[in-house]
Amino acid sequence: MASSYDYDEPSYDSRSYPPSSQASDVGYDPNFVPDSVKTFVVHLYRHIREKNVYEIHQMYEGSFQRLSERMFRDSPWPSVEAVAPYVDNDHVFCLLYREMWFRHVYARLSPTGRQRIESWDNYCSLFGVVLHGVVNMQLPNQWLWDMVDEFVYQFQSYCQYRAKLKNKTEEELQLLRQYGQAWNVYGVLNYLQALVEKSMIHQILEREKEGLEQFTATDGYDYEGGSNVLKMLGYYSMIGLLRVHCLLGDYHTGLKCLAPIDISQQGVYTIVIGSHISTIYHYGFANMMLRRENPSLLVLDLGIFSFFFPKRYVEAIREFNKILLYILKYKQYHQKSPQYDQILKKNEQMYALLAICLSLCPQTKLVEENVSTQLKDKYSEKMLKMQRYDDEAYAVYDELFSYACPKFITPSAPILEEPLTNYNQDAYRLQLKLFLYEVKQQQLLAGVRSFLKLYSTISIGKLATYMEVDEPTLRTILMTYKHKMHAVDSDGKIISNADVDFYIDEDIIHVVESKSTKRYGDYFLRQILKFEEMISELDRVKLD
Amino acid sequence: MVRERESQQQQQVSYTVEQLVAVNPYNPDILTDLENHVNEQVSSQTYSLDANLCLLRLYQFEPERMSIPIVVRILIKALMAMPAPDFSLCLYLIPEQVQMEEKFKTLIVLSHYLETARFRQFWDEAVKNRSILEVVPGFEQAIQAYAIHVLSLTYQKVPRPILAEAINIEGLSLDKFLEYQVANSGWALEKGHGRSQLIVLPRNEFNHPELKKNTADSVPFEHVTRIFPILS
Repeated sequence: MASSYDYDEPSYDSRSYPPSSQASDVGYDPNFVPDSVKTFVVHLYRHIREKNVYEIHQMYEGSFQRLSERMFRDSPWPSVEAVAPYVDNDHVFCLLYREMWFRHVYARLSPTGRQRIESWDNYCSLFGVVLHGVVNMQLPNQWLWDMVDEFVYQFQSYCQYRAKLKNKTEEELQLLRQYGQAWNVYGVLNYLQALVEKSMIHQILEREKEGLEQFTATDGYDYEGGSNVLKMLGYYSMIGLLRVHCLLGDYHTGLKCLAPIDISQQGVYTIVIGSHISTIYHYGFANMMLRRENPSLLVLDLGIFSFFFPKRYVEAIREFNKILLYILKYKQYHQKSPQYDQILKKNEQMYALLAICLSLCPQTKLVEENVSTQLKDKYSEKMLKMQRYDDEAYAVYDELFSYACPKFITPSAPILEEPLTNYNQDAYRLQLKLFLYEVKQQQLLAGVRSFLKLYSTISIGKLATYMEVDEPTLRTILMTYKHKMHAVDSDGKIISNADVDFYIDEDIIHVVESKSTKRYGDYFLRQILKFEEMISELDRVKLD
Repeated sequence: MVRERESQQQQQVSYTVEQLVAVNPYNPDILTDLENHVNEQVSSQTYSLDANLCLLRLYQFEPERMSIPIVVRILIKALMAMPAPDFSLCLYLIPEQVQMEEKFKTLIVLSHYLETARFRQFWDEAVKNRSILEVVPGFEQAIQAYAIHVLSLTYQKVPRPILAEAINIEGLSLDKFLEYQVANSGWALEKGHGRSQLIVLPRNEFNHPELKKNTADSVPFEHVTRIFPILS
């Protein structure tokens, strides 16, 4: 690992927390521990020692949010030093507490440069402990997902922070110079990679396929007295790696990192809502940038659909309830949980991506009815504009891409000499530029499609006249259409994305329209299951 | 003696580079190995997208170590991989300022022509920039293979001049080429309108839609198993 921070030599000095850096700081005493916090940490510590996963989950998701809302809306939680005596100064518990402490600061306040660096130290220590294999806890999946998710988020946030040099104070610049290793891209990637490897999660998933191991069946929990922490962190790190690679613009490798997870099915990644959404979103985005718009559509569709409009009736009620409960739970609080906002935002972004994909690669049969309706409500006007391929169209592609894309980063170390610039937008501008370039290359294809739909055969000469181009140009347009509509999948095979297809016999174009066949088999299966549910419901009704 | 050892080391290194990329890719120490591997790919006419992306990532992490000639070679290799989108994948990882260099601008233009099937413009431009492209043996053949691929998607029967323009072969050389393809790749020759020659390309599901398997109404077995409890 490239990080030079050893986990038992933290180089931060938490007592030098600068009181002047935050306006809402007046009155914050890091050493004051209210009774409710005392109770909270004592109970949480006990539950963790006793491996009461359900209670841990309640406290982690419920009590922590409630206390934050009530008492720490604009100040940090008490410092870990103040809290440590109540939990036997337990090293691991303190690392966990600090992780939540920093997450709270990021969510509700604005972290200082020093806090960002201290948080990195804490992750190094925490992951270090886990990787050494000495952890014997069982933690809720939600918490373990949040750790990885937050780790990647803070990395992305730091890259943005580090790239905005213009208005930095001398103190902040000095920090950047001194702690060049903090949130170093090598360190981040290597921690995630180490978690994947040490957890042996690839082998576990392979063995599960052969029936030699239980993993998905137990939701990743260990019912034989062991720990789920390393396993689950390893599992979630695969999604973490996909995310980091997307932020770097390396979509191919990102998808490779995710490959061991079969996203055509339910799995451990669907247990925690945040993990489900993050996986689907990044998978969809990566495929779109790989020009595999078709699978991208399918997954986005399934993702959005299974989220709010579950596809399979048998699992439908369960999923729908989960979502409703989740939303209801957080509606109680005046300020919604930051996670909840994230989820809503991701969902909106996925609709935007779906709109883009459908404009680049029109399909009639892939999109589920309910999703299609939602899509029409939100984006019908914009989609019409995008399919016109004029200047206004590019503006819409630009707008939607910019809204829906991840926050791309520049991973290299900042150049801390004059002139100091802000270059945090560079990475995003490059990805946007390349994306619009690809859109431009598809410019004439929409015109071809609408003409082809009108004929079953037409000569090159005639079509050229209608489209007001010469014959050689038309031939190149037709070949471009073929090339763009046939993507290369991950196995190197050619797959067709075209809804309207054709072939040319010397100088006659023969149009082949793929008819959308009714899926009778699927329809009947669904109806059978639905009615079976109803019948069993009725059977349970007791008549007096 | 030093050169001998180097070439021995190179053989060993190219075996372990693939492993390195699989097992320990986020490691600045493998940068030189990866650069050597690129040169290996060029001289032995092999190709490894994963290794090249790994190197481009390392260049992204440490821009001061970037080697323009190496990146040029990676991009040319990526062009040769068409119809795969490898060229775009590489561009996503190269900073905008770097892409402003003349050589990169040329390669981007060449890629654009190939993506939009403008073969005549492509070959004209390629000839003008022979010096950049010569570095990588097998370039011409790879592009010709791509051109034939696109033609096979589009045409059942393609007029000779169209083929000639796409693969940049004319006259007697083209006759020889066609002879070879007829003998080995299932091509056929016919007479078209007037006295022009027609090349009949091999049948595939893209130029012969009746060959396309219709999977639309087939139900996966796992779905059917869901109703077994009800049926029993």
